Amino acid sequence: MTTRTKAKPAASQPAAPRMMTGAQIVVEALREQGVSVMFGYPGGAVLPIYDALYGQDAIRHILVRHEQGAGHAAEGYARSTGQCGVALVTSGPGATNMVTPITDALMDSIPMVVITGQVPTHLIGTDAFQECDTTGITRSCAKHNYLVTDVNQLARIMHEAFYVATAGRPGPVVIDIPKDIQFATGQYVGKAGITKPTYVPQRTPKAEAIKAAADLMTRASRPIFYTGGGVINSGPRAAEKLRELQALTGFPVTSTLMGLGAFPASHPDWLGMLGMHGSFEANNAMHDCDLMICVGARFDDRVTGRIDAFSPDSKKIHIDIDASSINKIVRVDVPVVADCAEALDALITEIKALKRKMPDLTAWHSQIDGWRARRCFAYKNSSDVIKPQYAVERLYGLTKDRKTYITTEVGQHQMWAAQFYHFEEPNRWMTSGGLGTMGYGLPAAVGVQAAHPDALVIDIAGEASIQMMMQELSTAVQHKLPVKVFILNNEWMGMVRQWQELLHGERYSHSYSESLPDFVMLAKALGGHGIRCDKPDELDAKIQEMIDHPGPVLFDCRVERAENCLPMIPSGSAHNQMILGEITGNEIGEAGRKLV
Amino acid sequence: MSDASMKPGAGPKSAYFLSHSDEAVERRTLAVLVDNEPGVLARVVGLFSGRGYNIDSLTVAEVDASQHRSRITIVTQGTPHILEQIEAQLLRIVPVAEVIDITNSKSGIERELALVKVAGTGEKRVEALRIAEIFRARVIDTTNESFIFETTGASEKLTQFIDLMRPLGLVEVSRTGVLSIQRGKEKG
Repeated sequence: MTTRTKAKPAASQPAAPRMMTGAQIVVEALREQGVSVMFGYPGGAVLPIYDALYGQDAIRHILVRHEQGAGHAAEGYARSTGQCGVALVTSGPGATNMVTPITDALMDSIPMVVITGQVPTHLIGTDAFQECDTTGITRSCAKHNYLVTDVNQLARIMHEAFYVATAGRPGPVVIDIPKDIQFATGQYVGKAGITKPTYVPQRTPKAEAIKAAADLMTRASRPIFYTGGGVINSGPRAAEKLRELQALTGFPVTSTLMGLGAFPASHPDWLGMLGMHGSFEANNAMHDCDLMICVGARFDDRVTGRIDAFSPDSKKIHIDIDASSINKIVRVDVPVVADCAEALDALITEIKALKRKMPDLTAWHSQIDGWRARRCFAYKNSSDVIKPQYAVERLYGLTKDRKTYITTEVGQHQMWAAQFYHFEEPNRWMTSGGLGTMGYGLPAAVGVQAAHPDALVIDIAGEASIQMMMQELSTAVQHKLPVKVFILNNEWMGMVRQWQELLHGERYSHSYSESLPDFVMLAKALGGHGIRCDKPDELDAKIQEMIDHPGPVLFDCRVERAENCLPMIPSGSAHNQMILGEITGNEIGEAGRKLV
Repeated sequence: MSDASMKPGAGPKSAYFLSHSDEAVERRTLAVLVDNEPGVLARVVGLFSGRGYNIDSLTVAEVDASQHRSRITIVTQGTPHILEQIEAQLLRIVPVAEVIDITNSKSGIERELALVKVAGTGEKRVEALRIAEIFRARVIDTTNESFIFETTGASEKLTQFIDLMRPLGLVEVSRTGVLSIQRGKEKG
């Protein structure tokens, strides 16, 4: 007879430490964080992590063609889902190629965790093959970064990185993992309870700030909501609360480039985007308002124009979760440090509790209607040549009733997309606002499509921008991500050309591409479908062909070559000094010429 | 827009012109309490260089090993608007736990230490030693032709001492930069 010792009940003894390799810790932490899609490119210093990814199916890995593409794809994924994007790249050039997307995500407050391989610990500092000082290089362009030197800290750092990337104002976090740490065995810890005690953003607003804001809001006669990307970043609840507060007050709403979609463009109180290429009514309303309620925006120079003439007669309320954004550029009267949704919710409650009769806004609305009547986005259409504005209008008309996500590159086409494509919901619009990264749109679309396989994802592009990341069409083909690239092809770097016309006496220095790829053949070469259109009357049918095609499409839309993007606030000018009709070349003064 | 309201070349200031940049520049001592993790000093210093702020002096050391807490004392200059931004930007750095404005706190104390090498003979040597006594500076090294003095105090006192040593054969100075703490029983 054999005796068996009965095992003690599991609950009474501490769980055995979960030991695994560093590479397995990385994958397990990603899985525990709920990551289902990541973007990356392998190389020597991350091979153990790639080995740990092999054969598992919890996380879908999208293999890109250039590390920068992985970063922008992770950004697109994050913006369209509200989840943290994840990218995995190797050391040295893999890491340096990620610097642009990391900076882009910092400028636009996109939550992203970037894992970079590093040479083994004992080789750090020896100029080893594919070594670079990743944490040094990314220190000023990431929200935070880590160099992992102990495998037993790896799991905690992974979880902490997700906390830091998503808490408060979101941003990119870099985790640099030497190859020997990926091979070493260490203890896995779960994500429960892991935060960062020195980083606890204030989410709920102070009561006195809300009282002061509500008091101003119930007395204003020319109020305006100026909303930004913070409303999107805060989550769908913030957009709901914005709509609720607007319905309660009847105030008109404008938004930055980054905030489009938080408020429905079909709403009668929607003024359109503000800023350099914003609407006449939005900019004039900003200039003439007596109360500005800034929600999750940061008074960027593209938005404010000339600062000393910026909205001179208004009281300003600024809601931002990042205290350093408040009073950075423009002095405000009521700072509210809080999450947008929390602050908007508190304002709704406070205004309802005040039970005050809201001021009569009839005069203000009729003044705004006067500005609207200028029809600032009107353009001269043509039956011979496709106007870029018309192309975006038709694209909008033919796709607005679908579940459509729009990404863009950077330049004139981006501004036309912002002016002529209208958004009803948040998270449907992905664009590189702060950094202005040409090449963002296609990889971002890849990321969006990976998150929303059934949606229609369109990158509105220019023929110059698209060439910066066009290799990612191959990624889309491999992973069966049917993104559509709608190129407004005017053969010029259009915004550069426009500025040269405006500022440099029409001396078009190096802004014309004398050689362009045949985009239809290029699409074929990369395994996609190519469409070309240069006649306005064929445009609808060809856009429909693009929509109906089941795979990735490059659409070469030949448009008017010399079209300018208007209206425009010339640099160094105020909101009420917009160029509406035509550029004369005398709009910008000496000081304005020195600005970007 | 009518041509009348469109005034080209109306002398706009920079788009980055800050509305309070005509304010006077002030000097400020900040104590920055941070998690003592790799790269934290680089983050703080990088913030100053990256955003164009000044650092007049900087000291750093771990002050609580059990909590991995380090204290960085920074003396900086700027307009009130810039100084407000510096504090807000410092607090944005993930491992920064706290920023204390020592200058604007009634109970702030600032001290600095200097090592001052003076070489000379005869009357100058005697005079150097006599002034050192007045400043309560200690002699920590001596040869027939030189002294090294150690002196502590407010930065202005150290500067005054060094200025007095200059005609008496001042060779070299080493200063720690400003350290700070607050009076009373409370922490921070």
